[in-house]
Amino acid sequence: MNSFTFTQATAVAGAVQDNTAHPDAAYIGGGTNLIDLMKENVARPTHLIGLKNLGLDTIETLPDGGLRLGALATNAATAWHPEVESRYPLLNQAILAGASPQLRNMATDGGNLMQRTRCYYFYDLTTPCNKREPGSGCSAIGGYNRVCGILGTSDSCIATHPSDMCVALAALDTTVRVSGPNGERTIKFEDFHRLPGDHPERDNTLEPGELITGLDLPKKGFSQNFSYLKLRDRSSYAFALVSVAAALELDGNTIIDARLALGGVAHKPWRDQEAEALLIGQPATAETFGRAAAKVLAGAKGHGANTFKIELARRAIVRALKQATEMKEVVDTNAFQNSNP
Amino acid sequence: MPQVTQAPPPATLAPTQAVSLHINGQAHTLQLAPWTTLLDALREYLDLTGTKKGCDHGQCGACTVLVDGKRINSCLSLAVMQEGTDIQTIEGMGTEGSLSPLQQAFIDHDAFQCGYCTPGQICSAQGLINEGKAKTEAEVRELMSGNVCRCGAYSNILSAVMEVVGKELKIEN
Amino acid sequence: MTLQTNYIGKPTSRVDGPAKVTGTAKYAAEYNVPNLLYGYVVSSTITKGKIIKIDTAPVLALPGVHQVFSHENVPSLALFDRSYKDMLAPGGSPFRPLHSAEIKYSQQPVALVVADTFELARYAASILRIEYEEVAFETELRKHLDDAYEPGRGKIGFQPPKSRGNFGKGWKEGVAHVEAQFSHHAQHHNPMENFATTVEWLGDKNLNIYDKTQGAFNSQQVVTGIFGLSKEQARVISKYTGGGFGSGLRPQYQLFLAVLASLELERSVRVSLTREQMFSFGHRPETLQHVALATAADGSLTSINHVAVAETSQFEDFTENVVGWSGMLYDCKNVQLGYRLAKLDVYTPLDMRAPGAALGSVALEIAMDEMAYAAGLDPLELRLRNYSDRDQAQDLPFSSKALRKCYHEGAAKFGWEQRTAEPGSMRDGNLLVGWGMAGGVWDATKLPATVKASLDADGHLTVSSGTNEIGTGTYTIMTQIAAESMGLPLEAVTFVLGDTTLPVSPLQGGSWTAASVGNSVVEACTKLGEALLKQAQKMDNPAFSGVKIEEVEFANGQMRLRADATQAIVLRDVVQASGEPSIEAENSTIMAKLEMLKPPKYSMHAHNAVFVEVKVDPDLMTVHVTRVVNAVAAGRILNPKTARSQVLGSVVWGLGMALMEESVMDHRFGRYMNKSLAEYHVPVNADIHDIDVIFVSEEDDKVNPLGIKGLGEVGMLGVAAAVANAIYHATGKRVRDMPITIDKLL
Repeated sequence: MNSFTFTQATAVAGAVQDNTAHPDAAYIGGGTNLIDLMKENVARPTHLIGLKNLGLDTIETLPDGGLRLGALATNAATAWHPEVESRYPLLNQAILAGASPQLRNMATDGGNLMQRTRCYYFYDLTTPCNKREPGSGCSAIGGYNRVCGILGTSDSCIATHPSDMCVALAALDTTVRVSGPNGERTIKFEDFHRLPGDHPERDNTLEPGELITGLDLPKKGFSQNFSYLKLRDRSSYAFALVSVAAALELDGNTIIDARLALGGVAHKPWRDQEAEALLIGQPATAETFGRAAAKVLAGAKGHGANTFKIELARRAIVRALKQATEMKEVVDTNAFQNSNP
Repeated sequence: MPQVTQAPPPATLAPTQAVSLHINGQAHTLQLAPWTTLLDALREYLDLTGTKKGCDHGQCGACTVLVDGKRINSCLSLAVMQEGTDIQTIEGMGTEGSLSPLQQAFIDHDAFQCGYCTPGQICSAQGLINEGKAKTEAEVRELMSGNVCRCGAYSNILSAVMEVVGKELKIEN
Repeated sequence: MTLQTNYIGKPTSRVDGPAKVTGTAKYAAEYNVPNLLYGYVVSSTITKGKIIKIDTAPVLALPGVHQVFSHENVPSLALFDRSYKDMLAPGGSPFRPLHSAEIKYSQQPVALVVADTFELARYAASILRIEYEEVAFETELRKHLDDAYEPGRGKIGFQPPKSRGNFGKGWKEGVAHVEAQFSHHAQHHNPMENFATTVEWLGDKNLNIYDKTQGAFNSQQVVTGIFGLSKEQARVISKYTGGGFGSGLRPQYQLFLAVLASLELERSVRVSLTREQMFSFGHRPETLQHVALATAADGSLTSINHVAVAETSQFEDFTENVVGWSGMLYDCKNVQLGYRLAKLDVYTPLDMRAPGAALGSVALEIAMDEMAYAAGLDPLELRLRNYSDRDQAQDLPFSSKALRKCYHEGAAKFGWEQRTAEPGSMRDGNLLVGWGMAGGVWDATKLPATVKASLDADGHLTVSSGTNEIGTGTYTIMTQIAAESMGLPLEAVTFVLGDTTLPVSPLQGGSWTAASVGNSVVEACTKLGEALLKQAQKMDNPAFSGVKIEEVEFANGQMRLRADATQAIVLRDVVQASGEPSIEAENSTIMAKLEMLKPPKYSMHAHNAVFVEVKVDPDLMTVHVTRVVNAVAAGRILNPKTARSQVLGSVVWGLGMALMEESVMDHRFGRYMNKSLAEYHVPVNADIHDIDVIFVSEEDDKVNPLGIKGLGEVGMLGVAAAVANAIYHATGKRVRDMPITIDKLL
């Protein structure tokens, strides 16, 4: 861990200014990923800007019926917020499927978007990694890539984004609100995280100094038919091998609207709107779900140790859509469901 | 294989700063480097060694303490980030002569072996009770899964926590 | 002195419970002695080669940094290997930290940065530049099977497996045959407490060394050997150990580094390893196994072949008993066993819970399950038909063997008779249900241990021995035994351990502590009783005149005549009458040592049988172990409460081994890649469902006077195999490459 100075910011503008004034500054929300990375010397900011006093920890209903999650609201507070529980249960499930109760009490909603990959090689300074050190090479390709991606990968990086929450946020059409040296702007969720391409060192489309201030959920929350299915190496407290956020609007057995996003498979939460289009207007049957799954995975590529994820993802998509349709097996959270067959 | 060496050039050392912490009802002011974690502040500067370091990366839960009543991993929080909060550690839960209900339940159910994860388990269980979200065995198992016990005392931890959760529920009703 | 049953065999809460639940139990890194310096270990980034240059100047320039220790500035220490050998060192040359520029394995400690604070030491370590010259290395076991050799020199107690009969002949005689290969990756112990040593500098090279270890005397042995200190100078203290599982059987390198820094800087120093560095020393070795079984028409085994090849380091021959169990668990005339090692550029493996047996039993017991299907028999019936009433490997009778009871009681509790044999034939709604079983065997060992018993003038009994508490309940069971022996309430007894100033005790491991120290507690208390009687006879009390020790008993804080309980004398009064602050006695280990030299008359072992239910999602192939029944025969159970916990923990270990634990090495780097608790998965609470522990009654007056067999390892045996067998039963998929992760079942 390196030496750094610390300031507790009191206003967004001041925080942004402070960030711009320091060449290697970083914002710190809950710190659950940043401190971890700093102890591994993967991240070495020389100045940290604390955000907890910015007053961005509120969750409020928007005039258009949507819900605004303050960037500093904790994951736990968000998951258990009455509006989220009742109107966006998919988000509740996804958050509770991630990390541990302690981490969810610390981690912030903005910080959840800013998580970096859990690729083993990214964490180990002795191995080449294009994300950590551009141009050094990708050790995961041809290496132990069980946790790596199968969709949207590039020759320079096959890392995945580790979040569960973000998979639900992607499915729910969230808008990211940011503030930066050039003022405020909004970013569509699907445009927030990047694919690795030739620049895997860049996880997202934030400009230097920009700070996430909030997440806007649209009114439509798919509270009747949804499922967050997470598959992992143990029943809890493990990153997803594959996760699926499925949300449906049904008229009888006909799908009126659909959302489908995957976690653990790509450099970003992987939403597939073409697959959603294949669902809409169709009967909610295994056959329909299978077609959507095939579409999602049409371009999937395995890298050896992670090739199983293609088949696992196919089955998980079908199952999640089935669960969303039937709403039978869904109990309090997906995690309980996984641990309690 | 090419060897990647990433050791950066030495930077100047940032100065220490005064940090005020409110722990178990007592105020402390420490002079700390900003990169001191809450966990290290407790263990190395305040001799509150009941809070344990198991992984130092938020992957085991041994360092669990309560901040404003909520359980967190103290290894992933900087001490400077905790100014103005109310911190409770295992030392604030009870003493050998006056055990908290959870502490007594852990002894009664033999919910530990080596004892190293135990303070974190107990703080976590207290956090779980404060949250009020876990009522069934399945829920307690899931919501106690942020605390690894390598001795494998999980069944007994479950029994101990269920006993106290059950009593709390009775009081509520 | 006869044993009554006021405490022994009664469920008793841990006497160290209050200390553990309040956080006052102190572990090695928690002795905050004044003026403490902090050392942070720098680990090698290469796997093999040498250090060319260490640029310490920028680090030493930081105010508050005291020293950077490396091979360049280590003072001259002991010259010969024997000084570095610990009690469990296998054949070869022990690794010497900071000894030379040579790098022998990835993450080898190469420097120690010592500073005023932990934060400064960690930061300083992060900017230390080290240049290496790397050479080619070999870490892949499968590439070196042809180089594998039969180890002639292993660690103490290791015996090469003995074959018997004629395997080829037996194979031909068989009508059903099974042949299969099994593989296990390396596994790491990962006790919750990281290895740490706090050295308190008392001046003039006198040190109090608070070490994380499973053997304070072992730590002392290497410290005195390497640094030329006397035992008085190097006092090692270890009151609580935050999990062992074998990891603390050999002193780890932070002990060396902390003592080195303390002696050189003449200061108190603490060195703690990081979780990542917990993957930089011993581990359960990667092991490949081959098992071939043949049975006659009636299901009786006509031949057993079991061969294992395991990794070891370039510098030591780590050996463990992987295949020997296959020569004793079942009745079979023709047994061919083999065990070979291959040298790789890794650190020496290390005993890890049920060393050898945990691996061997997985292969043997999965193969037995395969045989059950090949022979058309129920897996339990197959085992019963091959039940061995005599240890054929040693050609000795068992001192006791209640495995049959384990099978029957376990099966009954589990409801095994409801099982239908066909894979995939049992369902719970949509879920596939699988029932599997397996069994195991572990040594019942007793080693010489010294114990002192001391009764003070207040009537308080202090019993002490330099053994360890690693979570097995040592404090509690020794207190129970002593209270029982002297007829005192538990509150009147204190057991003291974990200090090299106490009587010598063996390493805490191998499931032998309860038997070794426990029986010695009885001996010491017997001697104390004799001393008390002698003193009583000096007092004006004619009833005790000329009485022999056999004629008295101890109860309610009194010594009294067996023949006439009204003739009693309060123990406290005896001590007070002596004019001394206490009356003390220590047992002698001469007989125990002589006993070890004699050829054994009995084969002494604990056994278990495990029954497992899994539920598997037929599409997603997620596995949940919903029920486990573990029936254990381990002689007398001293404390059913703590004993049950040990077996519960063993089951959790077995589940981890079966389903998730593996240290994955990238052979391009020679480095473990998942070296964290986020990626080296051990079970969490949500993974655990119903576990039933049964202790079947097993009286054994031959194994040792208390009839104890030990419980640290036996409960783990059979668990992983039973899980694998249950998964086969549920899915029809036979996975022989552990752990059984979801990808292997798709």
